[in-house]
Amino acid sequence: MERSLTHIALFAALIAVLGLVPPLYLAGAVPVTAQTLGVMLCGTVLGARRGALAVLLFLLLVALGLPLLSGGRGGLGVFVGPSVGYLVGFPLAAFVAGWIMERTTLPTFWAATAGGVIGGIGVMYLCGITGMAIVLNKTLAEAAFLGLAFLPGDLIKVVLAGLVTQGIARARPGALLARA
Amino acid sequence: MLTLTSPVETPLHRLRAGVKLAALALFTFALFWTRSPLWLGVALGLVIAVYLTGGTIFARHGARMLRPLWPFIAVIALWHLWQDDLSGGAVVLLRMVAAVAAANLVTMTTRLSDMITVLERLARPLSPLLPPRRLALAIALVIRFIPVLSERAAQLSLAYRARSGRAPGWRLFAPVALAALDDAECVAQALRARGGAG
Repeated sequence: MERSLTHIALFAALIAVLGLVPPLYLAGAVPVTAQTLGVMLCGTVLGARRGALAVLLFLLLVALGLPLLSGGRGGLGVFVGPSVGYLVGFPLAAFVAGWIMERTTLPTFWAATAGGVIGGIGVMYLCGITGMAIVLNKTLAEAAFLGLAFLPGDLIKVVLAGLVTQGIARARPGALLARA
Repeated sequence: MLTLTSPVETPLHRLRAGVKLAALALFTFALFWTRSPLWLGVALGLVIAVYLTGGTIFARHGARMLRPLWPFIAVIALWHLWQDDLSGGAVVLLRMVAAVAAANLVTMTTRLSDMITVLERLARPLSPLLPPRRLALAIALVIRFIPVLSERAAQLSLAYRARSGRAPGWRLFAPVALAALDDAECVAQALRARGGAG
């Protein structure tokens, strides 16, 4: 019990700390932040249930008014802005990534990468693009066009999530709760 | 740690958090219900007026919090100019800015402790599933460990620079995640030794 609680809390803190990493700019304009990498790691390291709970705890603190989203954003405003779909997608993405990690017997790197692609990109984009379409009153195709600018950055993050998860599995084999 | 609550005291700071949240919910619902650019304009004007009652410093702080919306505003404005659908664009933009500004207003005028009190009240029906003490402990742990983990990341980065002379970049992510895992184990042990998390 205590272990679940502390892992959920510490990984919620990890998402926040990764949000402080200055973004990398692809093609000079599209920011790539490490925050969604943290979301993917919650799933691939902690597993589906704990990973999703860690992300929910993080979002709760954002809603309470802490500036924890990348770029120092936070508060209730982000939950009615155009990026709300991505925030809804965060816990679902972690859950799906964790589920793939738990249920497949692929090697760690490939399981985490597959979890990242399906959860961190597939599920996240589905939610994020639907959210933009609703808030900005556009069709799904038009919103998807806006969202796809982030695809190259997210592909980099998926590979990083795979590498980091593999690194953790090597350094502390018992600590990878998704595979415990 | 800094919260987004504004240090400038406004009349809204004295209102109860629950009242502000309920008003915000109604206001946001109304925004998404109406399609008239006129009413949305009035709503945005109202929000701006409330910001201005807090003084110019407060209002400027509020405007700064809207900065992440600029790329969306630019894209939507260009799109609707190109489509020659000005009233449609006005509806989308007015609604978005008014909704986000109103929500930020509540965040800027409500202290974290008051927000947590409201959360405790809202979470009470969930108590068989999620004991309030456990939720409170989880929130406190996150708030405490954000600075601890950032400091750890800074130390690891310095150590890497000292060894290689280069910035660590992405190589830092795995050790920082490991630090989080190790801390989680230690804190769990400490909690158990003190009678558990309740």
